[in-house]
Amino acid sequence: MIKYWYCFNGIIKREMLRFLQQKARLVSAIVRPLLWLVVFAAGFRAALGIAIIPPYQTYITYDVYIVPGLAGIILLFNGLQSSLSMVYDREMGSMKVLLTSPMPRPFLLISKLLAGACISIIQVYVFFAIAWVLGIKMTLMGYLLAFPALLLTALMLGALGLFLSSRIKQLENFAGVMNFVVFPMFFLSSALYPLWKMRESNEVLYWISQYNPFTHGVELIRFALYETANFNAMIITLVTAVVLSALAIWGYDPKRSMQKVRTKI
Amino acid sequence: MKSDTNSPVLQVTDLHYRYQQKKVLEAVNLTLAAGKFYALLGPNGAGKSTLFSLICRLLSTEDGQISLQGQQLNKSPSSVMQSMGIVFQQSTLDLDLSVAQNLLYHASLHGIKRKVALQRIQIELSRFELQDRQHEKVRTLNGGHRRRVEIARALLHQPALLLLDEASVGLDIATRQSINKYIRQLCEDEKITVLSSTHQIDEISPEDNLIILHQGKVRLDAPCQQALTEQGCSDVASLYQKMTQGQLS
Repeated sequence: MIKYWYCFNGIIKREMLRFLQQKARLVSAIVRPLLWLVVFAAGFRAALGIAIIPPYQTYITYDVYIVPGLAGIILLFNGLQSSLSMVYDREMGSMKVLLTSPMPRPFLLISKLLAGACISIIQVYVFFAIAWVLGIKMTLMGYLLAFPALLLTALMLGALGLFLSSRIKQLENFAGVMNFVVFPMFFLSSALYPLWKMRESNEVLYWISQYNPFTHGVELIRFALYETANFNAMIITLVTAVVLSALAIWGYDPKRSMQKVRTKI
Repeated sequence: MKSDTNSPVLQVTDLHYRYQQKKVLEAVNLTLAAGKFYALLGPNGAGKSTLFSLICRLLSTEDGQISLQGQQLNKSPSSVMQSMGIVFQQSTLDLDLSVAQNLLYHASLHGIKRKVALQRIQIELSRFELQDRQHEKVRTLNGGHRRRVEIARALLHQPALLLLDEASVGLDIATRQSINKYIRQLCEDEKITVLSSTHQIDEISPEDNLIILHQGKVRLDAPCQQALTEQGCSDVASLYQKMTQGQLS
C-alpha cells in the first residue's frame, strides 16, 4: 500500500511544481472570474435583482449570487485545462511515462484527477479571498463546508476533461471543446443567473440547464457556502463524477484507446 | 531485479497484431537472455514500434503472449512493468522540471520511497556524468544530455530489461558512440538485457544479437557473427539487405 502513497504523492507534487511554474495560469484563472465579478456584475447589478431563493434567506445582490458560479467556472476551466495538458502530454510523449508505470492505470488516472482537483481548489480559495476583500463574505464555516463540495465538483469536471482527452486525438481539435463543451456548460447553468429567470424566457433552455451536471455542481457549492446541504445536487454531482471517471478509465484502457492513436505512440 | 543469466528474461510467443485490417505483426517469437544486447533492425513499417508498444503495454493484444522473467504481461502487468525500463524514440521528459525532479517523478510512479530514490538518482547521475546538471531544467540541456537523463531514468527502478526505441535518433556521432558504450557497459556490469530498435547499422557490433523484423515477421534472430557466417555476408548492411530483400532502413 505504501507504494501507492509514494506514487500518489509524486503525481501531486509534479502537478504542483508544474502549476507553480506556470504563474500565468494562476493569474488568468483568477482574472477571468474577477472580471465577471467586478465588471460584469457591476453592469448587471441594477438589471438583475435576485429574489429570495434557497439557500439565501434575504434579498441578495447580483455579485453575491455569482460568486459560487464563478468558483464553479474556475473548476470548469481548470478541469478542461488539465485535459488540454493531457492531450499535450500525449502529443509530446510524456504521457507514456505515466501509462507505463507499474501502478494500475485506474489508480494513476484517479491520482491525476485528484492532483488537478487540488490545484483547482487552491485557485478557488484565492478567488474567495479576493472576493472577501471586495466585500463578498461568507462565514468561516461556509468556506470550510465548501471544501468537499468543491472537491466533488472539481473531480466531476476533471473526469470530464480526462474523458475528453482520451477521445481527442489532436491538440488542434481542442478549440472545439471550448465551443461545444465549456461555453454551453457554462451558459446553460445556474452559474450566472438563477434558472427560474431562464424559465421565464425559454422553457426548453431551462430544462437543458436542469440536466446540466455543472448546474448541480454550482448549486452544491452555493448551498455549502451558506452552510446548507443540497442532497439532490450532491447525488447528481457524485454520480456524474463516478460515470465520467469510469468513462475516462475506459478511454485510457490500452485495449481500446491507444489502438486508435497508434501513430501517436 | 537482476536476472539469472541462464533463464530467458523476455519471451514473446506467437504474437500477432492487427491494425484495422492490416497485419502488423505475425507469429512473432523471441527469447531474450539475461545480460545480452539485442539489436532490433527493420525498415519503416516493419512493426518495430508496434512490438515495443505491445511489450510496454501501450497497446494490447489477446493474440500471443509476452512474459518477463516468467510473469505474463496480461496476467501480472504491474510486476512485469516493474521490471522494465523504457526509452522512447521521442523525448518524454518534462521540459519545465529539473533533471532531479524528472527522475523523482519517475521513481514515485514506480512506488519508490523518496529517500531511496534520491540515493539511486545520485548513482545513475554519476554513472552518466550528469551530477552537476541535476538542478538544471531539462529544457536547457542538449539532445545528448537529455538522452542520458532518459536512460538514467529508465534504470532508476533497476529493471531486468531495458527497451530502447531508436534512442540514438537525432544525436551526433560522438554522442551516439558514448551512449552506446554506456549501454553495453550496463549489459556487462548489471546483467541487464537490452532490446534496442535502431536504424543505425554502424551501431551494431559483432558480439551483439541481431533480430531483423520485416513485414511483421521475424526474418532473423541470431548472434550477429553467427548470422554473418551462416548467410555468407561480409557485414551487417549486406546481411540486412539480404533479409529484407534490398529494402533500405
